[in-house]
Amino acid sequence: MTVLAIKGLNVTFSTEGGQLHALKNVSFEVPERRIVGVVGESGCGKSTLINAILGLLADNGSVDAGSITFEGEDLTRLGAARMQELRGQRISTVFQDPMGALNPVLSVGRQMRNIQYRSGRSRNEKDARSEAMLRQVRIPDAQSALAQYPHEFSGGMQQRVAIAMALMMRPALLIADEPTTALDATLEVATIELLQELQQDIACSVLFISHHLGVIAELCDDVVVMYAGEVVERGTTRQVFHAPCHPYTRRLLECDPARQSGRTRHLPTIPGEVPDLRHRPPGCVFATRCDQRVDACDKTPPDVAVAAGHVARCVLAAAR
Amino acid sequence: MMRVLKEPLGAFGIALVLLMVGGAVFADLLTSFEPSRISPRDRFQPPSLDHLLGTDHLGRDLFSRVLHGGRIALSVALFATATSLAIGVVLGLVAGYGPRWLDAVMLLLFDSIKSFPTVMLALALVTLFGPSLTAVVVVVILVNVPGYARIIRTQTLALKGSEFVTAAQSMGAGTVRILRHHIMPNVISPLLILASMDIPVVIAIEAGMSFLGLGVRPPTPSWGSILNDGFTAIRDTPWIAVAGGLPIILTTLGFTFLGETMRDLFDPRLKRRE
Repeated sequence: MTVLAIKGLNVTFSTEGGQLHALKNVSFEVPERRIVGVVGESGCGKSTLINAILGLLADNGSVDAGSITFEGEDLTRLGAARMQELRGQRISTVFQDPMGALNPVLSVGRQMRNIQYRSGRSRNEKDARSEAMLRQVRIPDAQSALAQYPHEFSGGMQQRVAIAMALMMRPALLIADEPTTALDATLEVATIELLQELQQDIACSVLFISHHLGVIAELCDDVVVMYAGEVVERGTTRQVFHAPCHPYTRRLLECDPARQSGRTRHLPTIPGEVPDLRHRPPGCVFATRCDQRVDACDKTPPDVAVAAGHVARCVLAAAR
Repeated sequence: MMRVLKEPLGAFGIALVLLMVGGAVFADLLTSFEPSRISPRDRFQPPSLDHLLGTDHLGRDLFSRVLHGGRIALSVALFATATSLAIGVVLGLVAGYGPRWLDAVMLLLFDSIKSFPTVMLALALVTLFGPSLTAVVVVVILVNVPGYARIIRTQTLALKGSEFVTAAQSMGAGTVRILRHHIMPNVISPLLILASMDIPVVIAIEAGMSFLGLGVRPPTPSWGSILNDGFTAIRDTPWIAVAGGLPIILTTLGFTFLGETMRDLFDPRLKRRE
C-alpha cells in the first residue's frame, strides 16, 4: 500500500524576474509504514515540496502539472475545506525550529487541546490524551508540563512536545521538516530514536526532510535525492548509499564530513553553482557542475530504473 | 496585579480608581441628597458638613451630583472603551490577515476618520442626532477604533508569517481559528494597557462634550455640566468648578498612573534590572 504517491509534480512561482520552476517533474512514493528521507542542499525545493503536499503554497505559487495522491485522493484537486480536514488529522508536520513552531503565549496544554478541536471529546478527555502523549515522548512530569509555556522547556523538550502534538491525532503521514537541525548531536540521536519508536507504535509513514546524510542513513528506509527542484535519484537507503548512480549523489556522499577518512584543512565541495531556477538549462540540471558530462546531457535526461525501486535521472545510469 | 500594587505609583493609581468607582457604585449610600432635587433656598452654599462640596445655583447638593456624575462618566468610559476595543481588534485582525486590497481600503478608512478633530466630529454627530449619551459613546468609538485597529493590524502583519502560524495551518487550523487562538492572544495584552490609559481620555471627552452641552442633558448630573455650571459663577462661588474639576483630575490621574505602571511592568523593553 502506498500512502503518498507524487507523480510528475511541477510547481512554479511567478516572480518579478519571471516564472521560477521550483519543482520539475518530481515523482516518488511513500509506502505504508516506511520512513522516506528527502535529502538535498538548501534551495533544492524541499520546503516547496512540503508546502505543495500540505496545500500551503504561497499565493504566487501553483501546481502546474502532476498529482499528489494521498490515501486515494489527489491533493492537488482537493477543495480547501477537505484539505484543511486532512491537515493535522491524516497528515501532520514537525518543523525545524520548535521554539518558532509553538505559540509563545499559549500553554502547552492549551495548544494540545486546540489540535484536538475536531475530535468532539470533552475537555478532560482531551487533557488526558495530551498528557498520555507527552508521557509517550518522555516529557517528565507530563501533568504539570501541560500548564507550562514553550519557553520553559529546553530545545530538545520543545521538539518532543512538537512531535507529541504532531502525532496526537495518529496521522497516516508525518512530515518532518529537518526536525533535528536545530538540536545538538546528542539530542539529535535521542530525537531520531524517539521518532523511530513512535513511528513503529503509531504505524504511520514518515517523510523525513534533512540535509544530514548520517541521520538519513540511520533513520530512513528509502531515500529521495533532490537537486535544483528535481529528484535526481531515489531508491532504498542501501541502494542509494552503497551504489549511487547519479553523479550528484556520488559527489554529495563524497562531501559528507562524516566520510572524510583523514584530517583535511579543506572540506570537499562540488564546484560550480546551482542554476538559476528562472532559467533552467535545457538538458540535465546538473550538467554544468558534472565531471562526467557527455553530449547527451543537453537533452532532458530520462528516469532510468537501475534496479527494482532504484531510479536515477541520468543518461549514464543506463550504461552502468 | 500584585506587582502593580508594589509600585508606589501603581498603588496610588489603584487607590484613586477604587475611590472613584466606589463613590459611583455606592452613591446612594454615601449621600441622602437627590442629585437633581432643586431647592432654591440652599443655592450657592459653600462646602459644609451638610453639603460636603457645597451647592450649585439651583441649590442641588454637589457631592451627590459628583458621585452620580461619576456613574455616567465611568460607565460611558468603560462601555465605550470596551466596545472600541472589540471593534478595533476585529477590524485590525481582518486588515492584517486579509487580502492586501482590503487592508488598503481599511487603512484609508481609519486614516480618514483619524484626520477629523474630535470636537468637529462631536459637533457633526450632535447636529445629526441631537445631544445625548449615545452621541458621546459614538464619538469615543470613532475616535478610538482607528488607533486600536492600526496597532492590531501591524502586529498581525508581523505574526502572519511566523512559524507557529504556519505550524497551526499545517495542523489543520482554519483562518478564524488561527486569528482567535493564535494571533489574538499574542497581540491583545499591549492593547489592553493602552486602553486603560485611554480611559481618562474618554472621561475627558465625555466631560468636554457635556461642558459644551453636546453630551448629557440636564438635569442628569455629569462632571462636565457641573464644571459648566461652576464656570459661569467662578468668581463668587469657586467651589462649584472645583467640585466638577476635581473628580475629572483624580480619575484621569488614577487611570493614567495605573496604565503607565502596567505598561512599565509588562513591556520587556522597559524592564529594569532586578
